[in-house]
Amino acid sequence: MLPPIVALLIAALVGDVLIITYGQSPGAVYRLLLEGTWGNAYGLGQVLYKTTTLTFTGLSVAIGLRAGLFNIGAESQLAAGGFLAAIIGTWLPAGLPSVLALPVFILAAAIGGGAVGGAAGVLKARWGAHEVITTIMLNFIVLALLNYLVVAHFKVFDTLHTSDIRTGALPRLSDMMAMFHGSAANVVLFLALAAVAVAWWYLFRSRAGYELRATGLQPQAAEYGGVNVPRVWWQAMLISGAVAGVGGLNFVLGYKHYYEDGFATGAGFLGIAVALVGRNNPVGVVVAALLFATLSQGGLAVNALVPKQMVEVLQAVVIIAVATSVPEVRRVLRSVRKDRAA
Amino acid sequence: MMLLAFLTQTIRIAMPYLFASAGGVLSERSGLIALGLEGYMLTGAFCAALGSYYGHTPWAGVAAGVAGGAAFALLYALCSIRYKADQVVVGVAINLLAVGLTRFFLRFIFGSSSNSPRVPGFSVAETGSGFLALTHNPLIWLGASSIPIVAWVLYRTPFGLRIRAVGEHPGAALSVGVPVERVRWLAVTLSGAIAGMGGVYLALDQQQFSDQMTAGRGFIALAAIIFGRWDPRRIGLACLLFAAAETFQIRLQGISRIPTQFIEMIPYVLTIIALAGVVGRAVPPAALGKADE
Amino acid sequence: MTAAGKTAVGGTVAVRLTGIDKSFGPIRANRDASLDVAAGEIHALVGENGAGKSTLMRVLSGMYAPSAGRMEVNSRDVTGWTTAQAIAAGVGMVHQHFMLVPTLTVAENIVLGRELTSHGQLDRAAAERTVAELCQRTGLVVAPDRKVSDLSVGEAQRVEILKTLYRGARILILDEPTAVLSPPEVEELWRVLGRMRDAGDTIILITHKLDEVMAISNTVTVMRHGRTVGRIATRDTSPSELARLMVGRDVALVGGTGPIPATTVAGIRRAALEVRDLTVADARKAHAVDAVSFVIAPGEILGVAGVEGNGQTELVEAIAGVRSTAAGAILLDGRDITRHTVRARGDAGLSHIPEDRQVRGLILDYSVADNLVLGQQHRFSRHGVLDEARVAENASHQIAAFDIRPADPVAPARALSGGNQQKVVIAREMGRDFSVLLAAQPTRGVDVGAIEFIHTQLREARAAGKAVLLVSADLAEVLALSDRIAVMYGGRFVAVLPRADATVEMLGGYMTGASGRAA
Repeated sequence: MLPPIVALLIAALVGDVLIITYGQSPGAVYRLLLEGTWGNAYGLGQVLYKTTTLTFTGLSVAIGLRAGLFNIGAESQLAAGGFLAAIIGTWLPAGLPSVLALPVFILAAAIGGGAVGGAAGVLKARWGAHEVITTIMLNFIVLALLNYLVVAHFKVFDTLHTSDIRTGALPRLSDMMAMFHGSAANVVLFLALAAVAVAWWYLFRSRAGYELRATGLQPQAAEYGGVNVPRVWWQAMLISGAVAGVGGLNFVLGYKHYYEDGFATGAGFLGIAVALVGRNNPVGVVVAALLFATLSQGGLAVNALVPKQMVEVLQAVVIIAVATSVPEVRRVLRSVRKDRAA
Repeated sequence: MMLLAFLTQTIRIAMPYLFASAGGVLSERSGLIALGLEGYMLTGAFCAALGSYYGHTPWAGVAAGVAGGAAFALLYALCSIRYKADQVVVGVAINLLAVGLTRFFLRFIFGSSSNSPRVPGFSVAETGSGFLALTHNPLIWLGASSIPIVAWVLYRTPFGLRIRAVGEHPGAALSVGVPVERVRWLAVTLSGAIAGMGGVYLALDQQQFSDQMTAGRGFIALAAIIFGRWDPRRIGLACLLFAAAETFQIRLQGISRIPTQFIEMIPYVLTIIALAGVVGRAVPPAALGKADE
Repeated sequence: MTAAGKTAVGGTVAVRLTGIDKSFGPIRANRDASLDVAAGEIHALVGENGAGKSTLMRVLSGMYAPSAGRMEVNSRDVTGWTTAQAIAAGVGMVHQHFMLVPTLTVAENIVLGRELTSHGQLDRAAAERTVAELCQRTGLVVAPDRKVSDLSVGEAQRVEILKTLYRGARILILDEPTAVLSPPEVEELWRVLGRMRDAGDTIILITHKLDEVMAISNTVTVMRHGRTVGRIATRDTSPSELARLMVGRDVALVGGTGPIPATTVAGIRRAALEVRDLTVADARKAHAVDAVSFVIAPGEILGVAGVEGNGQTELVEAIAGVRSTAAGAILLDGRDITRHTVRARGDAGLSHIPEDRQVRGLILDYSVADNLVLGQQHRFSRHGVLDEARVAENASHQIAAFDIRPADPVAPARALSGGNQQKVVIAREMGRDFSVLLAAQPTRGVDVGAIEFIHTQLREARAAGKAVLLVSADLAEVLALSDRIAVMYGGRFVAVLPRADATVEMLGGYMTGASGRAA
């Protein structure tokens, strides 16, 4: 709990420095940021929309980390999931009720993302290839492949996106409640919350989750406890990829109703930040996702005063600060404990 | 003539890869994962544009770019060596930080979101894209020698011996009095400086800085390091191989049946194959990524 | 009780340690330890595991600073010096676990840290020349340009010795040097050490192998429980006297060793555990476990005595299923489990208390309750879901039955004391259905009260008809609990005898290779 707070304080400090450098007052900028996000319905809607995607990628990374694996490929898994869902969407017969279409979409997205994650998982389980490198490489490979498929085969003329899905599109929140007018937030938000609940239950209540966490904590003890460690590895990567893939529905089903090249950009790295700040806990992930989404949207809101790129800098600072404070806090606590025991 | 033009373009494309991977291999051989190469390069590019612009000479750009890359690497060293933070996380964050900071200062200093104004470079003449023009560009000489120089340092100097020892068995090095942390700090800082040169090359070659101009070259350099099995000589060849594939794809655009995206994929696919040990095992330095032990 | 002071062999004193105290937290590794080494001799430092020999030598070599006592090297006060100072003064230590960089060559490893250069570059020729000179001087033979990873263990050890000589060591400390050597390599090592001694170097040999002590040393110092209990000229003593000093029992000498009694578990129905010709490979040595065969009947405890490092760990790991076997078979209740997974062995009735509870036995960040079902989690779940109620019920039952403190099922295992952590492991492994129990170092690092409790548990298991394989470096424990005792030395069972026939010195002799050397 302590490291994220320390990290946020450091980030706030850096933010102040940048804002002052640019000649503005931190107070004014932060106020504008809050107004532009939580202070108005459109802003809030955008925050919720971004939170949805980040929740999925954050869960994806968090599940991987719980198993001791570092999934850097959430971006390509997100894109692959969205792509497969969009393509399936153009094949489904129009008029199919949403109730039937939705499971198909979820499955398609999960398969798309899961295939990418699973590939990295198999490479690790079978050949010991480190998942950090393979997921980074797969990012490039898969995104290039998707780009090719869209450009060469699936795109609508003169655009970089696929045709509209014919059925099963999910309503935006603004369709349901006038207050969110125009924002991209949509019903997939609730799918995200459901995913959080499922993830929490899976990690902490299921036997598979017990074995997964054991593998991440002490693989040798897990082995002694009868766990098939390589199998846990590739299963965890598969699930991690699938979760990220389902996140693609936010854009494809809930917002634009087609797959667009580049919609996933940056969501993977931010997912890492979210998992880190959320301490790999599903509930923490949602909170962290809200935070980063607020920062993201807030950047746009304050663009008149300070370049929105400041937010990107702050996001990176948060990641560095959390990563640095975790071992440091642990070290300080341990020496405090030692002094007290002596 | 065709061959010469092909060669020229390959060399030009390979330059950033050579610089970045030459720097990266120093870091990796000492045990620190070099995920931040992209960030070092981008920072180097921006600082080069800055330096060249205000110094009115490309050499000021070179100095600034090297310093910028080294500074970022120092940050990485601080977090990974002193604070023992997870190297992958910090590496990823370094890249994001570089993008954010360069964009921020691009707006702040040059008032643009996309590129800086034109800055002095080393190009001899506007039409100088031939092989001869290459030989007049000092950056080309520096880049071509970056790999051989790093190979020499690694295999022929005491410093290089210590880097290799520290990256394989830091305990053994410690037991004979080698200052493990100091060696790593030095190796990482150098890696940032040399990789920064890759960015310097890009910026001075195009004579401007543009947003995210490194476009993933840092990761291709990392791929070259892995595909080259952490041996500078093989890495140099890998860089040339990747660059040749790119040249191939550019020249045959429209003629060849292979879609460009598949050519783009080549370095990454080759790296995965190398890691999976299909054609010989790519074994990293034993202590890579474990600076906390 | 120290032996009466015998005069030092030779003239000058190379090393004198007096009253050395060194603790690691609650563990007093050295208490009032002393050492007196004459110049130009080979001095053996013997004792059981945990006697404090390695610690004392690390104090001497500068790795640790003593909390009390005085250190003199060549009549100079060097108390509390650093390794750098020690090396500069000519004291070099060759550790049991080599500190060599596998990917570098012999010459590179030797000069690392004190490289020879010319014009800023590494002078490879000079390095090779220096190595050749050192080889000449000592009779050690090793090619300077070979990669260390290609060397045999014996060759690697030579490199370690050369490393110290390169830095000018005249006082050499070797920690269990023959633990990893084959007999011909041992002979060669003695030749080399002899030459060095004759050239005026001083050698301190840490070992538990008494046959070696008799073969090569001039003087012996015996340590027990952190203290020095004897210092005696080798020619004035015998293996049995040394063994007695090492284990501390004042028992009358038993003459001779006699033939090794055969293993007979005659007249029983079916063995609970049968191991046939089990051979287990090891990264360093060819055979960590060398064609071991034995049988344990239901309702019997077979204790395996031996100094650590003679293959016990690998034997238990192989039977447990976390280490693969090169040859041989393992049968549980008549069923061949040699190829079974860990889980399958558990389901077949095999329980295992691992020797390193914090690494393999427990997941420290899991709660006590979660640890109590580790290995059995599939029995505590229904349709993939953990049955929280049953896990909690199991936890409260086990905590009460085994008196685990604090009696808090949700406390993380990390927060428990060593003894209570071990109780969690034991509760888990013994509190369920099993027919064979592997207990490796079950009372290591455990307080006295818990030790008694654990011993009672083991006896009750035997009474209930279970078969127990007890592996322990604590001879007293083995003697107290076992029905039959096997001694493991060099990867083999060099003796298997009924408890009634076993005495401390007899076992000590087998454990140290002083008697009954395996063929």
